[in-house]
Amino acid sequence: MPSKPRSLWDSITAAGPPAGSLYGCGGGVALAGLAHASILGGRLEELRGRSVLLAMTDQLTAALAIAELDGVARRMVLLTPGLAAEHLPAVIAGAAADARVQDTDRCSPGREIGIGISVDARARLEPHPVRRASTCETEWILLTSGTTGAPKLVQHDLASLTAALADGPPAPEVVWATFYDIRRYGGLQIYLRALHAGSLVLSDPAEPLIGFLARAAAAGVTHISGTPSHWRRVLMSGAAATIAPRYVRLSGEIADQAILDGLKAAYPEATVAHAFASTEAGVAFEVRDGRAGFPATLLDAPGSPVHLRVAEGTLRIRSAGNAHGYLGVDTGSFPRASDDAVDTGDRIEQRADRCYFLGRQGGVINVGGLKVYPEEIEAVINSHPWVRMSRVSARRNPITGAVVVADVVLAEADGTGGRPPSEALERELLHSCRVSLAPYKVPAAIRIVPGLEVSAAGKLARPDA
Amino acid sequence: MSVKSTIVSQFEQVATEQERKLARLSDDTKLIECGLDSLSFAIIVARLEDSLGVDPFSAERAVDFPVTFGDFVTLYEGLAK
Repeated sequence: MPSKPRSLWDSITAAGPPAGSLYGCGGGVALAGLAHASILGGRLEELRGRSVLLAMTDQLTAALAIAELDGVARRMVLLTPGLAAEHLPAVIAGAAADARVQDTDRCSPGREIGIGISVDARARLEPHPVRRASTCETEWILLTSGTTGAPKLVQHDLASLTAALADGPPAPEVVWATFYDIRRYGGLQIYLRALHAGSLVLSDPAEPLIGFLARAAAAGVTHISGTPSHWRRVLMSGAAATIAPRYVRLSGEIADQAILDGLKAAYPEATVAHAFASTEAGVAFEVRDGRAGFPATLLDAPGSPVHLRVAEGTLRIRSAGNAHGYLGVDTGSFPRASDDAVDTGDRIEQRADRCYFLGRQGGVINVGGLKVYPEEIEAVINSHPWVRMSRVSARRNPITGAVVVADVVLAEADGTGGRPPSEALERELLHSCRVSLAPYKVPAAIRIVPGLEVSAAGKLARPDA
Repeated sequence: MSVKSTIVSQFEQVATEQERKLARLSDDTKLIECGLDSLSFAIIVARLEDSLGVDPFSAERAVDFPVTFGDFVTLYEGLAK
């Protein structure tokens, strides 16, 4: 007889009722309460065996729904906040979603295309007879952006997502906080860690940074995680001393020496660690020595559960934390290398005994932890009648790691007049980018240039690639 | 145009573009309270590199992250000579 699938709830209650709480902007919820209460208005059983979209604006509601649905839903699709409505039909079709959980009327994707069951959730536990019985190994779908801006559906399960969690007794005195959204890989890792050992303070995009730090302090934060961009903002806030964590974690972007030194100065008592992970490859390592980059000894380390190597200049990772693949039409594009490792697309340079990240292969730009594909922005710029071609590239930036800039070649003025002056065109192009792209994808600067290099293969030359 | 007025006009320009309400800027205005987000600061720093020719954050020596608008201006005035 096959063994009963072990759910997230089974896992966090294995050693007894969980002692921790989840804290949102409006207050906290004790995890132990989930044993006899629910946020789903008594409708959990209707979702059993279904492919469920989690469409929440509030992170606390999402966090509770995930804990309720693992082992119950056949599939959970963690919709990221700010996902453009135009991409929803493809996500719903790709995931064969037949139910959704939502927390506001504004946020009920699939209504117009007649998705089956719709359940309203609130970040408040109400007593209901709940059957916390695990009946399936839930597939977790995380979204990452693709070349055209359409999201890819990355397949994980509880085992792959918790592969990097250390075994050990729960440590209820640990209070995590994260600047991330838990529906993205980096935030989800912190959520799973916190559920297994302690409490978690969740952020809210509408809340000022100082308010979040104050809430984290009030909850007694001991461990806190964010991108280097989040941390630069903390150091610039003048409010870094609001919290006194003993563990500070950076991930999602290259951690340079300046931000590592800045955090060590701000939190001299804390361990400052930077970690590398990606949605597709999972967690690779954590570095605690306060230096940028990572020790070359991590490469090809025999016997390590996470096998790292560099091939063709990029970091490859093979571990139980690897995603299983992409769901739907993108199945074939999953970056699986020949030895079954996942190619992260992150370029590595080894200098002496240390490896350093150089940026992304293929021109992908990382703006404050968010992936930007140049092609998506170029398509918007190129749709302008006076643009012949454009090239979007990264410019290093001390605040967000990188910003996007665009070089634009204009069509020849044909002598009949009518081509507006360059300054006016730059403004028009910026305006059309702002209308159709997320703010972090809008170029910080547009330069009109006489020409752009095209490679022998007829492709736009990308110096970064 | 002085370094300071260049910086002020970039703050105003980016605030307009990002549809953010900019606080009145004085030397002791805290950057975090001036109404701009990280992306806005990133764009300001990128554009100041173009217009003033310097990026104080890329200097070899470590810099203290500026907390007030006055700190921010001082960082640039020290380099844009």
